[in-house]
Amino acid sequence: MCGTGFGHFRWLAEGGAGQDVGRSCILVSIAGKNVMLDCGMHMGFNDDRRFPDFSYITQNGRLTDFLDCVIISHFHLDHCGALPYFSEMVGYDGPIYMTHPTQAICPILLEDYRKIAVDKKGEANFFTSQMIKDCMKKVVAVHLHQTVQVDDELEIKAYYAGHVLGAAMFQIKVGSESVVYTGDYNMTPDRHLGAAWIDKCRPNLLITESTYATTIRDSKRCRERDFLKKVHETVERGGKVLIPVFALGRAQELCILLETFWERMNLKVPIYFSTGLTEKANHYYKLFIPWTNQKIRKTFVQRNMFEFKHIKAFDRAFADNPGPMVVFATPGMLHAGQSLQIFRKWAGNEKNMVIMPGYCVQGTVGHKILSGQRKLEMEGRQVLEVKMQVEYMSFSAHADAKGIMQLVGQAEPESVLLVHGEAKKMEFLKQKIEQELRVSCYMPANGETVTLPTSLSIPVGISLGLLKQEMAQGLLPEAKKPRLLHGTLIMKDSNFRLVSSEQALKELGLAEHQLRFTCRVHLHDTRKEQETALRVYSHLKSILKDHCVQHLPDGSVTVESILIQAAAPSEDPGTKVLLVSWTYQDEELGSFLTSLLKKGLPQALS
Amino acid sequence: MCKTELIDLSTVDVILISNYHCMMALPYITEHTGFTGTVYATEPTVQIGRLLMEELVNFIERVPKAQSASLWKNKDIQRLLPSPLKDAVEVSTWRRCYTMQEVNSALSKIQLVGYSQKIELFGAVQVTPLSSGYALGSSNWIIQSHYEKVSYVSGSSLLTTHPQPMDQASLKNSDVLVLTGLTQIPTANPDGMVGEFCSNLALTVRNGGNVLVPCYPSGVIYDLLECLYQYIDSAGLSSVPLYFISPVANSSLEFSQIFAEWLCHNKQSKVYLPEPPFPHAELIQTNKLKHYPSIHGDFSNDFRQPCVVFTGHPSLRFGDVVHFMELWGKSSLNTVIFTEPDFSYLEALAPYQPLAMKCIYCPIDTRLNFIQVSKLLKEVQPLHVVCPEQYTQPPPAQSHRMDLMIDCQPPAMSYRRAEVLALPFKRRYEKIEIMPELADSLVPMEIKPGISLATVSAVLHTKDNKHLLQPPPRPAQPTSGKKRKRVSDDVPDCKVLKPLLSGSIPVEQFVQTLEKHGFSDIKVEDTAKGHIVLLQEAETLIQIEEDSTHIICDNDEMLRVRLRDLVLKFLQKF
Repeated sequence: MCGTGFGHFRWLAEGGAGQDVGRSCILVSIAGKNVMLDCGMHMGFNDDRRFPDFSYITQNGRLTDFLDCVIISHFHLDHCGALPYFSEMVGYDGPIYMTHPTQAICPILLEDYRKIAVDKKGEANFFTSQMIKDCMKKVVAVHLHQTVQVDDELEIKAYYAGHVLGAAMFQIKVGSESVVYTGDYNMTPDRHLGAAWIDKCRPNLLITESTYATTIRDSKRCRERDFLKKVHETVERGGKVLIPVFALGRAQELCILLETFWERMNLKVPIYFSTGLTEKANHYYKLFIPWTNQKIRKTFVQRNMFEFKHIKAFDRAFADNPGPMVVFATPGMLHAGQSLQIFRKWAGNEKNMVIMPGYCVQGTVGHKILSGQRKLEMEGRQVLEVKMQVEYMSFSAHADAKGIMQLVGQAEPESVLLVHGEAKKMEFLKQKIEQELRVSCYMPANGETVTLPTSLSIPVGISLGLLKQEMAQGLLPEAKKPRLLHGTLIMKDSNFRLVSSEQALKELGLAEHQLRFTCRVHLHDTRKEQETALRVYSHLKSILKDHCVQHLPDGSVTVESILIQAAAPSEDPGTKVLLVSWTYQDEELGSFLTSLLKKGLPQALS
Repeated sequence: MCKTELIDLSTVDVILISNYHCMMALPYITEHTGFTGTVYATEPTVQIGRLLMEELVNFIERVPKAQSASLWKNKDIQRLLPSPLKDAVEVSTWRRCYTMQEVNSALSKIQLVGYSQKIELFGAVQVTPLSSGYALGSSNWIIQSHYEKVSYVSGSSLLTTHPQPMDQASLKNSDVLVLTGLTQIPTANPDGMVGEFCSNLALTVRNGGNVLVPCYPSGVIYDLLECLYQYIDSAGLSSVPLYFISPVANSSLEFSQIFAEWLCHNKQSKVYLPEPPFPHAELIQTNKLKHYPSIHGDFSNDFRQPCVVFTGHPSLRFGDVVHFMELWGKSSLNTVIFTEPDFSYLEALAPYQPLAMKCIYCPIDTRLNFIQVSKLLKEVQPLHVVCPEQYTQPPPAQSHRMDLMIDCQPPAMSYRRAEVLALPFKRRYEKIEIMPELADSLVPMEIKPGISLATVSAVLHTKDNKHLLQPPPRPAQPTSGKKRKRVSDDVPDCKVLKPLLSGSIPVEQFVQTLEKHGFSDIKVEDTAKGHIVLLQEAETLIQIEEDSTHIICDNDEMLRVRLRDLVLKFLQKF
């Protein structure tokens, strides 16, 4: 019998180097099951590199035949943007699992993204609206903590991840082997979401994002104060503030923050939220209140935090209005759409400010201005000079190094695999995890395959009688020495049962064969047999303290189930013969007794 | 209320809550009995359960009693009192209603769980809640070990109302299915009742009367509001105000909209649009439905007649409903419609008699009826069914209705109040893990076609009720530093048993083997039961019978061990 299976993890396609939120797409093979984790796109590319290269998965043959399921951790496009391409254009008909909020919001973001790509940029060979719809038909929604049985062997379970509405970590389990994939998560609750949580599920492998691998971020409160101060100062001096956001997620958190600040300070400067997704987005938050943080859940009946008094819908004409204002506009990386339009209008005025509240992928305007570029080449060879203030505030809800360590501590994995981060920083975190938590840690490069051997115990059924008998004896005080459980494993097809040997014989209709030994031990002793027996008795009694030694009325001596009788052979009165008799089951003790008695008895103790 | 003196509640490890109606006594257990275990329930169960308790506490606290009579509880006095007082059972165990503080404390002890979540209890059993289709978050429970499965089915519905449909498939392969919480009114069809409700409501309002609906603040009221949403426009009643009066009316309406994941598919998909799953949001928006915490304050200003009032408590003994019974009871234009099945409407009305008001009884109970039960049992096929005694015979008032009882094979085992029942299965096996190192060392042997055996000697390691077999420890190396060994150090541990043997020894082959191994001078004698093999030179005698072998020799250990090993070659070890 062989007790080793193996897990096999393929890190499929991740973005380039640098602080880069690339495409997430991981293939995990575990105990013969193949699961694809996330299906992201790269926002910085407009060509083939935008989508993962699915030919990595299988060169020939259909994806549906190879993959047992696909899991999407949350609705950000770098985790789900390639899904319609994957399922409808490459071709996959198996199940796609995601949480209810992700299922609700995902198609809207995909459609939004498609519109920008196709309608605005005129890209061809892109997925269509119908493809998004068809793709979403393959989605199976999961509840938090629900154990979803993908098939007889493969099960998955979602845990709360914070990060964005509906974000989840997933446990993938086959038999006793398991992998946890965190997706993106945050370990501290924010203004609208709670903190990620997982139980001590001891997976063989934990695949965690490591976006903020080295940062231990200052307290959220400081960052919030900083943000409010900057916004306030800018509008006080008559400037306009542009905050490029994605419609769902950070936007809601910052809206809550500004809303409460405006109310407290009694400010009148208008705040706008770029139209389209906005009201809808807030509506999702209202309907999925159980996914938000505890405070919002507790107070939503009295006051729904997502009904904003100060924040109004934005009209593109407002951008030219004189005077201060704050505008939340999509998309978040200034790569297209309304946020970019507003940015172009406001960039020339040094009174204005743009606050980037999250990452920007390489190649986007957001990334350029954050890296210090002040002269931007726009479409049509136009050069845009950026005079407005550019601020970066990390509000992205990712776990920092402390948070990642915390999660690893919670789940207690056998090993950790870091994805989604910069090599140097990941190296630092890897060392920290290996030294402080003594957990082996991997950080594969893009397209690299990591294989982890796992050692598997074999589950069998033990008869309750055997187990109870064994456990009862384990409770006895003399059970200090390791005791052996003895039984017979019956293997019939794939049904393995461990039973007592007697039961095994009985079940198979076999009779026991008793093997008995009787040894003659000659002793020099002139006394009578009875006295010899008595001497044997006291001798053994003094040596075998842990055993039950008895002197029976018929003159024989027993040690446990071993019988010793003294006899006098007629020819020699000076010799006595001890007959020591035992069964094969008492072999050790019987053999020991004969050699002990052979040495003779000690001189008479009177 | 629970009869707590039967069991010591401090010894209870876990409480599983099936739905929000089944948790009204929870504070009595968690706060005053020494109970320290865990309570499991789904999130909607806890949130709506909290609302029901909050309403109850609020109703009771509105009418504080300076004194409460207790002398009448003396048995000698009680039996002299008029009915129903003299028939009340176990009045000494009656308790005051709990406070909101106790409710909060009780609810804080609940662990939230989701449908199909596997919850490990002490490593020994696993419990799993399943959707029961009866109410928001209502659950059936599976309690299982690796080899046994018990299903607890309580308050389930196969009708399509607002909750997620009942999960029947997961109940399959149960050893025992405990079935309770069937419909109180097996003869009433809920759909018909809803129709009657609407037509009576319309009739009354058209004639200028008011309609009073005594109800709980959550549950069927959502379905009734949805029916009215579709019905009032077509019936020309859109101008008639609907009032929902309860201290938790607002919370109940709000909460109903955020549990999309616990709703039926239709309602769930609305959230994706995104729209609120229940149409009462629109009734509120268009001012057709108004809700108030009580009849005081805003309600008295807004109150217009004729109108429809939904309010509690359905027993008509406390809450705002009492006020409306007194206000409207004298006019035959008005109607009270009973929809909650928990209380006998005649008893509820008794103190208000004589009444001019019309009384309509439309109990809406969506829980399983007997036809649905037999359909369910056919589908799920448990080995045994266990249920309350009442379900195994027709109701006393309709003793000829043999269809109003559970009919299954083998007949259901029934239980009575305060009775302890042993479930009809015997636990035989438990799961144990064999470590890979040990598994590698096992030597399987095919005994019969398809059946292999391997003897296992291993160290049992048990932690948190999980069992693991590890390889036996290597024999310790003799310590060389020790000068003198005591004899007793060598005494073998008698608990290390050798395996059992089976098989038989063919004499001729055995003798040949002996010869091959250098024994000569072998003599074989036949006996009644077998043979005796004599090794004359060694003064050794081997008795061989069908089921036994006996080696009798001098104390020559070398010889004995050689013979032993030759004998063992012919036998199988177990």
